[in-house]
Amino acid sequence: MRPNIMRTGLAYLMLAAAAILILFPFWTALSNSLMTESESATYPPKFFPTSLNLDNFASVMASIPIIRFIVNSFVTSGIITIGNLITASMAAYAFAFLRFPGRKLLFALFMATMMIPWEVTVIPNYLTVRSWGWLDSYAGLTVPFLATAFGTFLMRQFFMQLPKELMEAARIDGCGHIRIFASLAVPLAMPGLATLGVYSFLNHWNMYLWPLLITNTENMRTVQIGISMLQFAEMTAWNLVMAGIVLVLVPSLLMLAIGLGRLVGGLTTGALKG
Amino acid sequence: MLDKSSAVPVKSGMQRTRSAVRQPRRTRHWHEYALAVMFLAPSILLFGIFLFYPLIKSVYLSVHSTTPRGDVAKFIGLRNFEKLFDSGHFLNSLWVTFEFMLFTVPTSIVLALILAAICRTHLRGTKVFRFIFSLPLAISVSTGSVIWMVLFHPTLGTLNYLLQAAGLPAVQWLTDPNWSLISISIMTIWMNLGFLFILLLGGMEGVPEDIYESAKMDGAGPMRTFVQLTLPLISPTIFFASVTSMIGAFQSFGQIHILTKGGPMNSTNVLVYNLYQDAFVNFRFGSGSAQALVLFVLILILTIIQFKFGEKKVHYQ
Repeated sequence: MRPNIMRTGLAYLMLAAAAILILFPFWTALSNSLMTESESATYPPKFFPTSLNLDNFASVMASIPIIRFIVNSFVTSGIITIGNLITASMAAYAFAFLRFPGRKLLFALFMATMMIPWEVTVIPNYLTVRSWGWLDSYAGLTVPFLATAFGTFLMRQFFMQLPKELMEAARIDGCGHIRIFASLAVPLAMPGLATLGVYSFLNHWNMYLWPLLITNTENMRTVQIGISMLQFAEMTAWNLVMAGIVLVLVPSLLMLAIGLGRLVGGLTTGALKG
Repeated sequence: MLDKSSAVPVKSGMQRTRSAVRQPRRTRHWHEYALAVMFLAPSILLFGIFLFYPLIKSVYLSVHSTTPRGDVAKFIGLRNFEKLFDSGHFLNSLWVTFEFMLFTVPTSIVLALILAAICRTHLRGTKVFRFIFSLPLAISVSTGSVIWMVLFHPTLGTLNYLLQAAGLPAVQWLTDPNWSLISISIMTIWMNLGFLFILLLGGMEGVPEDIYESAKMDGAGPMRTFVQLTLPLISPTIFFASVTSMIGAFQSFGQIHILTKGGPMNSTNVLVYNLYQDAFVNFRFGSGSAQALVLFVLILILTIIQFKFGEKKVHYQ
């Protein structure tokens, strides 16, 4: 019995140490966001705010259009997510259930696109988007990301797990592919769509390089660009910077809390056990 | 999939039974081709414009000199590439990227493995820890970088305060060329831990419980179970995690752009940051494209090596 107790103790010790290390940066952001300016700039650094000072959130909202940034990010990631769900489930349906010449080759080509790092295409894409006059627009922020090979792969995995008999039965009842797609395959693959949705939303919510390149006006900036500029503008006022960070973190944390379970199960079954 | 053997659609039409009876074979097939085209068109169109065309355009740009507006000025053959490999600047950038990968990937995977292994057991309260360990998933590169900028601050930052409280000398985290890449790596490991933890935990939970039970009955301790059972069983997941982390390390940009701008003395000037500087600060799109292609080839080689050699050692259930 004794080595067991020691082991359990050691396990808890490691968990606690890791938890403190991981939480510490979060705590720094939160506690600083509640401090007054002089408190957050003292040495030695304070670990706890002396009072709950909520003014910082109001002043950061007054000094930069942070709500606008959040809205921009929501619109951008929302459009991309919906686009990804539509294009991926359509392409995945074709690969899973339709027979056409060159299907294998085309699927291999789709999978090969996953090996092209997005950064490799960034220069020509920038030139394209600029030539179309799409700088500083939602179109420029979203359209290049609407199709996804990973999503197609994930959805195909989910479609292929659907019971074959069901599909056959629908066909015998005279259902066409469009009806099977819309009223059978897609609803049944909801868990897959949810996984892809969460993944795609978080991924594009966190995009940095592309919005940095193609947005120049404050009005079109996404949260990620806005928040990093805050740091240059208000170099010393850490309490304000951190209040901004906390405001930006709230939506992502909420999304994480809602989507975490979905992401864990879905990504591992879909992506790895196929 | 309806039938796997149907590489040639005409043949498979004869094998099929019930569903084909309704319509003549020929029209059915045309109908299906048309549908396939319709279903695939959006993806193919988007990939064509934003992935394949840019890839070809990159090759085209890389053998030309360009005006600052991005128009092609003159064909110069492989001069862009020659210049890159002649300058110590680009080679340094390659080396820094490699070092960065070495600092971040093994450390974060080992850490995530340990945490996931403990959280898989039925200790009380692991649910709370699971949530805590996955929290960095909510962190984007910019929020993470700004938070760490405060922690790294040379005089007011918490890290130096803690070091000095422990009687150690303060470190110039972001301005000392010997430390800057390590600092960036620490921040990156923290940021990536959430994803890797979730991924590896998911892999471990996929292992059927009775395998663990029988190991326990055989008297295997937790260490032995982990090394001899868990690790081999989840090797596909570890394999996947290491490929994606390595590729992720190659693509890092945001934390460098925010925290160090590639400095001091180019000690954190990773590949993508160098590319960004060349193309979007100095407006040398030709040279930038050449770098993009080098990046592409490197990632391609990495993927192929990993799949060729990694796959053999990987245990699939």
